[in-house]
Amino acid sequence: MSVLVLIEHDNQNIKASSLNTITAAKKIDKSVHAIVLGENCSKVGEQISKCEGIEEVFIADNSIFKNHVAENISPVIFELSNKYSHILAPSSTFGKNIMPRVAALLDVAQISDIISIESNDTFVRPIYAGNANLKLQSTDSKKIITVRTTNFEATKISGGNGKITKIEKKDDPGLSKFVKNELNKSDRPELTSAGIIISGGRGMESGKNFSLLEEIADKLKAAVGASRAAVDAGFVPNDYQVGQTGKVVAPELYIAVGISGAIQHLAGMKDSKIIVAINKDEEAPIFQVADYGIVGDLFKILPELSKELDKIKS
Amino acid sequence: MKILVPIKRVVDYNVKIKVKSDNSGVDLENVKMSMNPFDEIAVEEAVRLKEKKICNEITAISIGSAKSEETLRTALAVGADKGILVETEENVQPLEVAKILKEIINKNSPDLVLMGKQAIDDDSNQTGQMLSALLGWPQGTFASKLEINEKKINVTREIDGGLETLNMELPAIVTTDLRLNEPRYASLPNIMKAKQKPIEKISPGDLNIEIKQRLKTLKVTEPPKKESGIKIDSVQELVSKLHDEEKVI
Ligand SMILES: Cc1cc2nc3c(=O)[nH]c(=O)nc-3n(C[C@H](O)[C@H](O)[C@H](O)COP(=O)(O)OP(=O)(O)OC[C@H]3O[C@@H](n4cnc5c(N)ncnc54)[C@H](O)[C@@H]3O)c2cc1C
Ligand SMILES: Nc1ncnc2c1ncn2[C@@H]1O[C@H](COP(=O)(O)O)[C@@H](O)[C@H]1O
Repeated sequence: MSVLVLIEHDNQNIKASSLNTITAAKKIDKSVHAIVLGENCSKVGEQISKCEGIEEVFIADNSIFKNHVAENISPVIFELSNKYSHILAPSSTFGKNIMPRVAALLDVAQISDIISIESNDTFVRPIYAGNANLKLQSTDSKKIITVRTTNFEATKISGGNGKITKIEKKDDPGLSKFVKNELNKSDRPELTSAGIIISGGRGMESGKNFSLLEEIADKLKAAVGASRAAVDAGFVPNDYQVGQTGKVVAPELYIAVGISGAIQHLAGMKDSKIIVAINKDEEAPIFQVADYGIVGDLFKILPELSKELDKIKS
Repeated sequence: MKILVPIKRVVDYNVKIKVKSDNSGVDLENVKMSMNPFDEIAVEEAVRLKEKKICNEITAISIGSAKSEETLRTALAVGADKGILVETEENVQPLEVAKILKEIINKNSPDLVLMGKQAIDDDSNQTGQMLSALLGWPQGTFASKLEINEKKINVTREIDGGLETLNMELPAIVTTDLRLNEPRYASLPNIMKAKQKPIEKISPGDLNIEIKQRLKTLKVTEPPKKESGIKIDSVQELVSKLHDEEKVI
């Protein structure tokens, strides 16, 4: 049976997370289908149909799908489900919100946040903030899965020629109504797909001081992240949080500044390729996972770092 | 208004767990256990709604071993009025937790269910969404703000791009995120008083729920350890390492 991927997008463009999820789907079966639910989202459907290996794309274009309300989206996936052995979505707030509903409607378990696929029914997922990996076997007839996107490459948007099928209008279940969103606009790369990330913690002392990190991020084309303590203190918005209960990232380079390295933070960044830590406390646990550590005052080190970067860039 | 708060007893968030040497699971012998931190936030929110007179009864419910009674006592000490313990020695996975909660809800008809977004042991992040689907109720997941207006509720949610607000009619399921509130500690007198509050004990069988292990554990392993790195004295040296050796900048 084929595998279905629920596509995350903003009605204009595919989110990178969907491309990683398609790669995971292709490891399960050669035959991969996708579903795009949104409003005026045909462009997204066309992009997906061009992904290598995608056989068919369903597009459900309706105002009730515009804001991805879980109660509206889940019944549509449920209705399509009998043709599929596996249904996958990225383990982002989008996928986490919707997929457990689909699983419950199907009376099957959800397998959350998989990091590897051993066979059609056997998967590995982190538990206890990534301090253990669980290899599990699903006994359910259908597998509902969310995918940790950092563990799978992105599929390229080329080489494919999937068939596009429109799904007809659905009635509004009318359970939750979208009121508004406050999305943080930024020209920087998205945290979960950035090649370089510089994150600040409580040691940054204020939101204003994050400009020290932004200056460096601009030079490195990096994303800016944060620890929970920095978010709780109001230095930066919630979507900056990296960790067990925030975003999981795995860039080529992660620079942790004024972050102690609590297990919950490490859970979100320890798979980064190169980790740099800047902290004035040489005992800080962040140094245990850092490839390169500098012990010292971040307010002295960051301006120096910014200057040194100018030298290599010129 | 009646509020139901499902709470799970989990390894304390400060504990660094160890994988058992036979790879059958995680060693939980003599390890400090606590209420799941997101559930503490849910209890706190319910108590605040009670203090604002929006709520008049809070029931805490836990599904787990006899020791989960301690966790229920903690919720009672913070301000829940009564507890329900669904006692089982088996590991109960999210779909069955949701089914048990659904049965309890059908009997107790709460107006609002406040629960954690994620249990920090299995990191599943499923139960609230599943429960909401089983009941056909609206869901407001990852909530950082609630505004209740008679029979309607506005839920501000923490999503990957920022914040989103949904409006829904009660009864509804809300799952908590970290920024919803800061939980209080129970005072000693309240801990004493909590000992007198009622806890009803039942079993999954009483609710005709069969506990299935839909996801079978094959092996639990420790993730690969990172080799420890080096300390560097100067920023200049760091930049040259990253640029010339690692070639990441
Ligand atoms: C349920 C739950 C979920 C959680 N989820 C997450 C999560 O997803 N992500 C997350 O990050 N945390 C999470 N946490 C919180 C986590 O436990 C830590 O509290 C948090 O990560 C600490 O943030 P911090 O390192 O910025 O602050 P602190 O631990 O206070 O560390 C600040 C660091 O800055 C250093 N410092 C201070 N001043 C300077 C200076 N001038 N120069 C250099 N260094 C300086 C200090 O030496 C210290 O090491 C969670 C906690 C719970 C209970
Ligand atoms: N055994 C349990 N007993 C009571 N509540 C639970 C139990 N398991 C999960 N929950 C609730 O469901 C939430 C999400 O858990 P999970 O889906 O397992 O990550 C928790 O924060 C609790 O509110």
